[in-house]
Amino acid sequence: MKEKLRKLPELFVTFLKIGAFTFGGGYAMIPLIQKEAVEKKGWIKDDDILEIVAIAESTPGPIAVNAATFVGFRTAGFWGAFSATLGLVIPSFAIILLISFLLREFREIRAVRYAFIGIRAAVLALIVRALISMYKQSPKKIISYVIMAASLILVAFFRINVIFVILGCGLCGLVFSLIERRRQAK
Amino acid sequence: MIYLELFLTFFKIGAFTFGGGYAMLPLIQEAVLEKGWADAESLIDFVAVSESTPGPFAVNLATYVGSDTAGIPGALCATLGVVLPSFIVILIVAGFYERFRSSFAVRGVMSGLKPAVVGLIGAAALSVFVTVFLPDGLSVSLLSSPVLYISAALFAVSVLLSQKKAHPVMIILISALIGVGCGYIFNL
Repeated sequence: MKEKLRKLPELFVTFLKIGAFTFGGGYAMIPLIQKEAVEKKGWIKDDDILEIVAIAESTPGPIAVNAATFVGFRTAGFWGAFSATLGLVIPSFAIILLISFLLREFREIRAVRYAFIGIRAAVLALIVRALISMYKQSPKKIISYVIMAASLILVAFFRINVIFVILGCGLCGLVFSLIERRRQAK
Repeated sequence: MIYLELFLTFFKIGAFTFGGGYAMLPLIQEAVLEKGWADAESLIDFVAVSESTPGPFAVNLATYVGSDTAGIPGALCATLGVVLPSFIVILIVAGFYERFRSSFAVRGVMSGLKPAVVGLIGAAALSVFVTVFLPDGLSVSLLSSPVLYISAALFAVSVLLSQKKAHPVMIILISALIGVGCGYIFNL
């Protein structure tokens, strides 16, 4: 018990550092977690990292938050999860709060306005990049392409609620996996 | 009550985003634009800031929307909302993650969610495309607007940089600088 208690501030500080120095979160954070939690602290084993990525991907929510919660829990139970997640979120929170107040003050300045005209085009490119990388991770089956097209069309053109689309696609995936399993069993 | 609304909205977003980061964008777009918390252009600016500051993208974006809508308490509610579903689900799953991960049902659902996320990000990209390139819809005056050409050129440069594996923060910084330069040159 005492052993676990001692780990709480360490978990907090470690994830505070990770939160403050990773840009983009998610996968960018995994190598840092590996270095800190596996190599330096020995909280988890090297194989666990792959496990953590897999779990973080297949549960809802930001991957970075999932990973932090998971490492914290494995290391020191509930309060470990709490300390790690809190540490991860605090830098984001503080930095964004500061920037949002600054930008509200300076938004009307010409240079800032011009900068954002440029930035918006870059954001579109970054979204396309995310699109391509998610496409590469997606299974290459006919049903996957159907789901891709259907979710795009339903949301972009018919304005169907995104949550319904997600629920429907998850269900589709489950049903088609069941059909496939039955077919293979024969 | 704006605080409760922010919390509940981002709780829903946190609970229904798989794959993190940009997968969250369509849900945030839908919620934020519908509730009038920000306009389409500001939302893209929030995305840019969230991408170019440290920390998880989704947390940054939630904090930004919350802060812009209702100050510090708003930021607190939105951030708590987006993080809580992750936290709860991982706590539940962590005990039997071996069984969870290899479960047929989980793999089945994920095989549907992965392509869905591609489609959803595609929808988000389309909507951002319209905001950047066709802010006033399709019209003749569009072709005489220098912003259109600057945006198109910058989009091409960004895609090129992105193919060269440039860091997103770098891409955003370069585009911002070119934007400022072009802005003064063409006196936008």
